[in-house]
Amino acid sequence: MDILETLKTLWTDSGFQSFFVDGGWKNLIMIFISCVLLYLGIKKKFEPLLLVGIAFGCLLVNLSYFGADSTDALYHLDLWDNFLDHDHPDYHSYGAIMRNGGLLDILYIGVKAGIYPSLIFMGVGAMTDFGPLISNPKSLLLGAAAQMGVFLAFFGAVCLGFTGNEAASIGIIGGADGPTAIFLTTRLAPHLLGPIAIAAYSYMALIPMIQPPLMKLLTTKKEREVKMEQTRVVSKTEKIIFPVIVAMFVILLLPSTAPLVGCLMLGNLWRECGVTERLSDTVQNALMNIVTVFLGISVGATTAAERFLSLETIKIIVLGLTAFCFSTVGGLLVGKIMYKLSGGKINPLIGSAGVSAVPMAARVSQMEGQKANPSNFLLMHAMGPNVAGVIGSAIAAGFLLAVFK
Amino acid sequence: MFDNAILSAAAENVKEMSIGDAAVTAIFGYAVVFAGLVILMILLYCTGAYFKSKDAKAKAAADAAKAAAQKEAPAQPETKAEAPLAPGSAGHVKLFDVPDKEAAMIMAIVADKMQKPLNELHFISIKEVK
Repeated sequence: MDILETLKTLWTDSGFQSFFVDGGWKNLIMIFISCVLLYLGIKKKFEPLLLVGIAFGCLLVNLSYFGADSTDALYHLDLWDNFLDHDHPDYHSYGAIMRNGGLLDILYIGVKAGIYPSLIFMGVGAMTDFGPLISNPKSLLLGAAAQMGVFLAFFGAVCLGFTGNEAASIGIIGGADGPTAIFLTTRLAPHLLGPIAIAAYSYMALIPMIQPPLMKLLTTKKEREVKMEQTRVVSKTEKIIFPVIVAMFVILLLPSTAPLVGCLMLGNLWRECGVTERLSDTVQNALMNIVTVFLGISVGATTAAERFLSLETIKIIVLGLTAFCFSTVGGLLVGKIMYKLSGGKINPLIGSAGVSAVPMAARVSQMEGQKANPSNFLLMHAMGPNVAGVIGSAIAAGFLLAVFK
Repeated sequence: MFDNAILSAAAENVKEMSIGDAAVTAIFGYAVVFAGLVILMILLYCTGAYFKSKDAKAKAAADAAKAAAQKEAPAQPETKAEAPLAPGSAGHVKLFDVPDKEAAMIMAIVADKMQKPLNELHFISIKEVK
């Protein structure tokens, strides 16, 4: 055995050597970024359930993928490029992915096929009490208003030179709904999935920092102090009928929303109908956790240095923040209109909860309301717009999908 | 006009999109989201009104039945029995301008902040400070 030759082969096969050829240094930057994301997830507790998985997926792909020659990589960008290339023999061939892909390629099939986001929505539905929305249907207006950022960011993205498909995927970050953003992006602009998913989840985690300054800027102390009246008690029958009505109406209106809205409402029906407690429990806990594991790590895998480190990523991060801010502003402005029209009975702070980050945005409304008036309890009132935002962002995604698919 | 703009946007979506088309698509999209949720709101108001009227009818029927039963029964001295106390309860809390639900929430928050079980605390009264 030629020891020198063996050592040489080991060195040329190793990832360490890859850092020094072509754009290998970019992988080093991505490894640093993944460590920062791990720090934010673990130490700062920024959406840790997803961010830790995304960060580790990012770390794994940048340790193993250094271009098309990386046969041992866990995730292969080139395979997915072939999958999307109309002229390639492996176009839309999951078989080719199964044959030639690594572990993360195979897990990513669940993202690509839209399975994980839909299952996450099923869990969200099973965990959500739509009672506050049913008792106060006006909340839906706030959920609609808070989609303003989606369309403004879409417009901004087109102005910055993105295609319609890319702009739609970027805009949906403003919906503050991770699964919807992933669902739409995998269909319209899969090459942007990494930066969009990271921007969406990072900003969702930063809601307690992003929203309060805007809330203070756009509302007066008098408005923030408003104590809202208790809403009516919703009967069990109404709660059972609600998911059926919403599924029928929204899916008929925008069929492209069927996977998201269908799963959301099925999960909620399991929760409310009272005869499927085992299923509801499984969807809320076991299934949700399993899907979160697969979703996080496979989304993280799309952040290969070759694609992630670009000017486009910076634009997406900026546009995502803009989308979030304008969604908050949209909700607050309609909240202020409702305050005026109701003769001061509605606290406009609940408008910012129209972005669909459940229940974080509602908690922020509660905290700000209580700062202005310690005897104020806005949480249940803010949950109405908050869950309306989930439906609103699914409709916005359905519209963009219908236009650009 | 909107339809044409949207269709042309859809046809050329993969390529560049003009700023005008993007503006029309954004406005139209926002309007669709609003329209969808407004219709849903109307549906919810309709179902809510139906259930409220159903509850009101059921309540009225129950009240009528109760009144009829009282009329038929021989007059008895009015002895309003107090509801039995919950196990472990230390009596009633006097509430001043505070609804029951808010009082329950306040008691739970106090117990949580003091890190003591709720049944070891005795609340005498809760009053809203105006």
